[in-house]
Amino acid sequence: MNPRDTETQTPPAELRTRDVNAPSETAMADAIASATVKGEQPPATGRTLNVDSLQAYYGDNHAVRDITLTYAANRVTAMIGPSGCGKSTVLRCLNRMHEEIPNARAEGQVMLDEIDIYDSKVDVVAVRRAIGMVFQKPNPFPTMSIFDNVAAGLRLAGIKGVDTKQRVEESLRGAGLWEEVKDRLGSPGIGLSGGQQQRLCIARTIAVKPEVILMDEPCSALDPIATLKIEELIEQLKRDYTIVIVTHNMQQAARVADTTAFFLLGDLVEHAPTGKIFSSPDDSRTEDYVSGKFG
Amino acid sequence: MAATSLKTGTDRPSRMLGRSSASRSLDPLMQWILTGMAAFILLLIAFFFVRLFVEAKPAFDEFGYFGFTFGSDWNVAKNIYGALPLLTGTLITSAIALVIGVPVAVAVAVYVTELCPQRLRQPLASLVELLAAVPSVVYGLWGVYVLIPKMRPVETWLSDTFSFLPLVGAPVAGPNLFIGGLILSIMIVPIVSAISREVILTVPPDHKEASLALGATRWEMIKMAVLPYARSGIAGASMLGLGRAIGETIAVTLVIGNSPNMPKDIFAQGYSLAAVIANEFNEAASDPLHRAALIAAGLVLFVLTLFVNGMARNYVHRAERGQRQVPKGMAA
Amino acid sequence: MSATTPGLAPISVRRRASDRFARGILLALTLIALVPLVLIVYELLRKGLGAISWDFFTTDPTGRTCFPGQTTCTIGGVKSAILGTIEIVALAAVIAIPFGIGVALYLVEFGKTGKFANVVRYFVDVMTGVPSVVFGLFVYIVLVVTGIGGTFAAWKGSIALALLMLPVVTRSGEVVLNLVPNQLRESALALGAPRWKVVFSIVLPTALPGLITGSMLAIARAAGETAPLLFTSFSLLGTSFALGNQMNSLPIQIFNDVQAPNDAIVQRAWGSALTLVVGVLLLTTIARLAQRRSKLT
Repeated sequence: MNPRDTETQTPPAELRTRDVNAPSETAMADAIASATVKGEQPPATGRTLNVDSLQAYYGDNHAVRDITLTYAANRVTAMIGPSGCGKSTVLRCLNRMHEEIPNARAEGQVMLDEIDIYDSKVDVVAVRRAIGMVFQKPNPFPTMSIFDNVAAGLRLAGIKGVDTKQRVEESLRGAGLWEEVKDRLGSPGIGLSGGQQQRLCIARTIAVKPEVILMDEPCSALDPIATLKIEELIEQLKRDYTIVIVTHNMQQAARVADTTAFFLLGDLVEHAPTGKIFSSPDDSRTEDYVSGKFG
Repeated sequence: MAATSLKTGTDRPSRMLGRSSASRSLDPLMQWILTGMAAFILLLIAFFFVRLFVEAKPAFDEFGYFGFTFGSDWNVAKNIYGALPLLTGTLITSAIALVIGVPVAVAVAVYVTELCPQRLRQPLASLVELLAAVPSVVYGLWGVYVLIPKMRPVETWLSDTFSFLPLVGAPVAGPNLFIGGLILSIMIVPIVSAISREVILTVPPDHKEASLALGATRWEMIKMAVLPYARSGIAGASMLGLGRAIGETIAVTLVIGNSPNMPKDIFAQGYSLAAVIANEFNEAASDPLHRAALIAAGLVLFVLTLFVNGMARNYVHRAERGQRQVPKGMAA
Repeated sequence: MSATTPGLAPISVRRRASDRFARGILLALTLIALVPLVLIVYELLRKGLGAISWDFFTTDPTGRTCFPGQTTCTIGGVKSAILGTIEIVALAAVIAIPFGIGVALYLVEFGKTGKFANVVRYFVDVMTGVPSVVFGLFVYIVLVVTGIGGTFAAWKGSIALALLMLPVVTRSGEVVLNLVPNQLRESALALGAPRWKVVFSIVLPTALPGLITGSMLAIARAAGETAPLLFTSFSLLGTSFALGNQMNSLPIQIFNDVQAPNDAIVQRAWGSALTLVVGVLLLTTIARLAQRRSKLT
C-alpha cells in the first residue's frame, strides 16, 4: 500500500450539499484541506493541539520525556513505537486521563487553541468534552440501549439545549452506523458485533462534538473487515476533527495517517509525513523499527 | 459509508474551557460524604470497644482482670463472678464442633470439587449452603425437641464406652455440652466447607494433572497434590468456623443446660460465654455488678473472637497469596 | 521400543482398595453433612404445618400459657411477630444498605489501595467476625441503658441488626463494584463526565444486580437473628407500628415459646420456625437468582 501523500482530498460533491447549516464551515474545511501539513500555521480555527515539553510520570518512573510536537488540525497523526515506548501515555496526557491513575502525573503544556489544558484554571471535565477518546476494547455501557449509549455523552457531560434525537442520528451517521441500527435504537448496545460496537463508541464520542478525537489502538480487538470500516471512517472523520491515533500496526499507520510520530523508550524520535517515515526516515532508529529490525 | 459535517459555529467545546461547571462542585461533596462514611466505621468500632470496656470495668475492678477471666466460680446468688466455667464451656463446645465439623466440611469440599459428577456440583454445594440459611433459633428448637431425645442412647453408649477418658463417663443429662458442640458442628459445616472449596479451587490444574499423569489414583492425587497445597487455607477456614462457634448464642443456650458449674463431663450440663449473656441479662438488669459481669463476659468473648478471626484471616490470605505466585517466565 | 511390550501393569489391589475406601468415606461424610438438613426440614414440615392456620397469621399471641382443660383459653397466633420482624428488618435494611454501599464505593472509587482504605477494610473484616450477641450488648449499653428514647425500642433493634448487616453489604459490595470494568469508568470520564456522574450513572447501574444480591443475603441473615433483639426491641404481644416502643419479632417469639410447658405453644413455635425458614429461603433464593442474571458475573 502506498503511503499517503501530503495532499488531502476535498469532500465529494454530494456531501457538500448536505451542509445546509454551516456553509462557512465547508469553506473553512476546504481551506484547511488544501494547506500542507508541517511547518505551515493552520488558520485560527482552534483544532490544533500543540504539545510543548510534556513529561509524564508513574510515581517516580519518568515514563515520557520532553515531548514537543504539533498535531495538525483536520489531520490524522499516528503515534507508533514498540511496547512500552510511551505512546499510549502521551495519548492519555492529551485529554488528562493520565492523571486518573493513582500516583501518576504530567507536566508541560498542551495547547488547544490558545488555552493550555494543564492550566490550573482549566476545568479538566471541560477538557475531556473538547478532546474525546476511543478505547482499544469497544465498551458500550452495558445497561444502555444503542440510543442511550450515543446520548450518554450528552447526558453525562450535562450538555443542554440540544435535540437529542437529532444529535443521536447525526452521530450515528457520522460513525457510519445509522443504516445498520436505525430500526433497533432501543436494543442493548452490547448486542452488536465488535466492529459495530466500536463504531457505536465513536458515535458516542462525536455526539458531544469534540475538537479532537484520540484513538488508542481502536482496531486491535477487531477483525480485518471491521478494521477496514473503521479506517474508512477515520478518513471521513478527519474532515471535522483532528485525529490522533496510537497504533501497533505500522501498515495501519501507513494507510490512515497524514503524519506519523515514532516513539522509543519515552522519547519522541521523529515526527514527519507518513510517506517519509516509512520510506526515508531521518533517524536510524526509526529506520530500524519500520523495517522490522526490532519491535 | 457517508459522513456529514456536524460542526456548527455555536457550541464549540473549546469555548467552554475557561468556564468552570457548576455541577463539578458535587464531586468533592461526594468524596467527602463517602470518606466520612468510611471514617465513621472506624470511629464506631473504636467507640464500641471503649464503651464495652467502660461498662465492664466494675466487674474487673471487683475481681481483677485475671480474677474475673479465670475465676472458677460463677455464682449469681452470692454475687461472685468468675468466667472460667463459661470460658471452659465455650472451649469444650467449640472443640467438639471442630472435631466433628471440620472433617465433615473438608470432606464435602473435597467431594464437591474433585469427585462429584459435574451436574451434581452446584446442587450439592447449594444444599450444603442451605444449612447456613437456617436461623440459629430454629437450630435450638430442633435441638431441644429432636436432637436431645434422639441422641440420648448414642450419648449413653459413648459415655459408657469411653469412660476411661477424662471428661467422659457421667450419666447423660438432657441438654449438655456435647449436644451444644454437636449443634455447633452442624452450624459451622457450611462456612468451613465453602471457604475450603474456594481454597481447593485455587490449586493449579497442572499440579493435579502431573500426579494423575504419573498414574496416581484419584485419592492419591488428592492426597499428593490438593490437600498439601490447600492445607493452610483449610486451616484458616477451620479457624473461621471456630470463630463462629465461639460466638453462637441462641442455639447453644437452648441446648447446653445453662449450668454455671465448672464442667467436669461433656455429657453434663454446662454454660458458655455467649449463652450466659443471653440467659441472665434479664435478671441482671437491676443488679449493677451482675450486669457489669455479663458485659465483661461479652468483652472476653469479643476479644476471643477477634483473636481467632484475626489468625484465621492471616491463614486464608497467606494461602491465597501464596497460590498466586507463579514462577518467573511461566504464563499464569 | 523393546521387542516384547509388557502389558499394562494393573495397579496394586491395595492401592485400588484404599482409593475406593477413601472415596467412599468422602461420599459418606458428604451425605452425613446433609442429614441434619433433611431432618430439620422434615421436622419443620411435620410439626410446623399443623400449626399453620388462618388464625396463626392473623391473631396476636395472647401470652397465656393455656393448660389442658382450660377451654376458654387461647394462645393466639404470631401476627405481631411476623409484622414486627418485617418492620424491624426493613428499618435495619434502610440504615445498613445505603451505608454499606457507601463505604464500598469509598473503598473502590477513592480509597483503593491506600493506607486508610486498608485500615477500613480491616475493620470491616473485624465486624464480620463479631458475634451478634455482642452487637446487641453494645446497643443495649449505648442506647437502652442510657435511656435515649425510652428503654427497649424497635428502632434500637434495627440498629443492632444494621450493625450486623453493614459488613456483609460492604464486603459483597466491594467485590461487585470491583467487577465493573475500569474502561467503563474511563469511557465516561473521557466523555467529559464529572466523577459523581460516573459513579451514579454508570458504575452503580452496572453493578446493581450484584448489589441487590448482597443486600438480600444480608437481609436474610438479619431476619433470622435473635440475640441482638433480646437486648433491644425485646418483645411485645400486640401488633404495633410504633418503632419507638418494644416490638415482637419471629425469632424472639420462637425463643420464648421453645420451653413452654404447653404442647400447643410448642407447636406454634414450630409453625413460626417454618414461617421464618421459608421467608429466609425465599430471600436467599431470589438473591441467588439475581446474581445469575447479573451481566458481570
